Amino acid sequence: MSVRCGVHSVPEASWHVTTRISERPVTPAAQPPRRLYPDPGVSDRVFRGVLRSGGALVLVIMLLVGGFLSYRAWEALSVAKWGFITTETWEPDGGNFGIAAVLVGTILIALVAIVFAVPMALGTALYISEYAPPRIRQTLISIVDLMAAVPSVVYGLWGLFFFQGHVVTLSRWISTYFGWIPLFEVDGADPRDPLATATVFTSSTFIAGMVVSLMVAPIICSVMREVFSQAPIGEREGAFALGANRWGMIRSVVLPFGKGGMIGGAMLGLGRALGETIAVYLIISPVFVIQPHILQNGTSSVSSLIALRYGEASEIGMSALMAAGLALFLMTLVVNFVASSIVARSRSGAASDS
Amino acid sequence: MTVTTAQSPPGDQGPQPSPDGPVTPSVPGTILPARRTTRTESRRNLATLRATDVYAMLAAAAASLCITWLLFDRMLPFNGALGFVVVSYALFLGVYALLVSFDEDGPAVRDRVAAAVVQSLGLVMLAVLAFVVVYTLYEGRDALPHLNFYTESMADAGPIEPLSVGGILHAIVGTLWQISIALLICIPAGLVCAVFLNEVPGAFSRFVRTIVEAMTALPSIVAGLFIYATFILALGFERSGLAAALAISVMMLPIIIRAADVVIRLVPGTLREASYALGTSRWRTVWHVVLPTSRSGLTTAIILGTARGVGETSPVLLTAGYTAELNTDPLHDPMVSLPLAAFELVKSPEPTYIARGFGTAAVLLVLVLVLFVFARVLGGRGPGQLTRRQEHHRVRASRRDAKRFAAYASADQSSDRPAPTRSTP
Repeated sequence: MSVRCGVHSVPEASWHVTTRISERPVTPAAQPPRRLYPDPGVSDRVFRGVLRSGGALVLVIMLLVGGFLSYRAWEALSVAKWGFITTETWEPDGGNFGIAAVLVGTILIALVAIVFAVPMALGTALYISEYAPPRIRQTLISIVDLMAAVPSVVYGLWGLFFFQGHVVTLSRWISTYFGWIPLFEVDGADPRDPLATATVFTSSTFIAGMVVSLMVAPIICSVMREVFSQAPIGEREGAFALGANRWGMIRSVVLPFGKGGMIGGAMLGLGRALGETIAVYLIISPVFVIQPHILQNGTSSVSSLIALRYGEASEIGMSALMAAGLALFLMTLVVNFVASSIVARSRSGAASDS
Repeated sequence: MTVTTAQSPPGDQGPQPSPDGPVTPSVPGTILPARRTTRTESRRNLATLRATDVYAMLAAAAASLCITWLLFDRMLPFNGALGFVVVSYALFLGVYALLVSFDEDGPAVRDRVAAAVVQSLGLVMLAVLAFVVVYTLYEGRDALPHLNFYTESMADAGPIEPLSVGGILHAIVGTLWQISIALLICIPAGLVCAVFLNEVPGAFSRFVRTIVEAMTALPSIVAGLFIYATFILALGFERSGLAAALAISVMMLPIIIRAADVVIRLVPGTLREASYALGTSRWRTVWHVVLPTSRSGLTTAIILGTARGVGETSPVLLTAGYTAELNTDPLHDPMVSLPLAAFELVKSPEPTYIARGFGTAAVLLVLVLVLFVFARVLGGRGPGQLTRRQEHHRVRASRRDAKRFAAYASADQSSDRPAPTRSTP
């Protein structure tokens, strides 16, 4: 690590040295200070120029995306003003639109996904890094990584055609016994009617969230496993030497060491869950009211709103969609930055000497 | 294990006759080990799993199943498979903890229960994920065996046509076109930017790295919306494969740059320093040391980015349009890709369309699997680690060098100068 840093900081350091030498009180007739680094030559200057322009190109593309989104979103935002955050309906041509409903739907779906994904991912990560026999460990890691690469449309198909039909009974059970909690309340469901239709439970936040949880669990799992496997071997052996059994070692060494990775991984998964489009779009049936009942039919999310309305959008409608997309982007951006700073600041990488 | 050495504790004085074995005369200060020849040492059992653990687990499983059956079938108004599994699992944990607590103390009980919970959570997740994949492949079984599924487009297949008519050739061709164009943009730009982030340190590259990391958070639908608003609405191009490829590139570029950046950062600094110490210029160091060293990792980064790009539906949904016909021109007219075709086909109520949709998803899944396996075979190797073939090449090169040196040495000997070393004692 230190070696690499040394190489990198050579040009900067040498400039400092040069200036310090020139400050020394020498007679002007004396020789000018020697260059401490060689002339890079034409080829290196060209090379560096190419690299810099490549970086600048990528930077321009990325800033263009953000800048253009903000610019187009500005028209809609200046029409809707603060109502953009508090309005539930989406009628941009009438000037009456806002993201209150879709934003609540997006966040609820992502939260359901995280609630299901984090325990599963944590268990799997601990299993792979601590319990699995070393022979199959590499295979398991590959399987989890592969699952993170499975296209979202595959999860969407599974959720729509298989999972939805089977999870409705669970939804019904929860609403029957826990319906007194406002979150699990379902309007129009009658627990005493055995022949009641199941349609009030389909296409709900709960189902969409569970499907998204399967999509994000491999991502969370691979971040957590990476951090757990970096837990210093000396501290593990120390715990064992003090008489800890395996769970005692995990609780006193691996989990405290991996806390940052656990939180960061969960937030990275949250960022992915917020932006997920196709699986959610296939499952939910869109409504434009705030839907706090997660078991109830009908919800919406920002990304499915865009996928639903982009085709018929007028000028102002497009701008409104841009504003919604910008809001989504800002949300995932904040979540991702917090996550990566937590992962970077955790003890991971600053291992003990042993 | 019994101790095979007779060792007197320090405070103990006087002769210490061993109970068995030949008695050594106890000289103060020197104690010889008592030797036993009669009993052979039994081999230690290194397994951490004991038979009682297995019995406890099996017994707990059997007990929980029985109690749950009793509850569900005879005592309580519960039913349903999921409830059965959940209740029996909870009971299993309880009974297992009880059984272990007969023999062990508190921490050991917690250890066993935690191990059971962790292993079952891992098993559940891997099983569910495997099930998703297998389900898609299984549902694709109706469409996949038809050869025309791969050689025809959907142009002739109306809603009631059987599966023996029509296929997804147009989607396969569209995916290949779009991902090729996207890679054509992403590979040069991504690699140059990753090298830039590592080789030209400074405030500017730190800024670029921050922005790139921020853009990995860009939801894919927003990338599609951006291209739709600029390329199609503002610049007036039509919906085409090119627009879809641009949207995929905007999404893929940050992913590839970030992965490649990590890989290049892993190149050992000693290799770079060795190169600089030989007087090499920067670009030659990058070209001959940094890039070859990280080649397998870079390949993996690109292939994994490709797998993500191939599977994304939402940017393509906004920019490519939908068509049932084969379109080999990426610049004009709508061009459908595999994920988009699967998405559009399953929205139809016709069973044959749904079967084709699952077939399309299965083809896409197989494509991603192949890409992934390819990435693992090529990559998964740290910088500097060689394959057998590379190692073989290196050994042969070094043997050639040795032969060359030997030839020089013998040439030197034949001309009457004394041989350089070796002969001196």
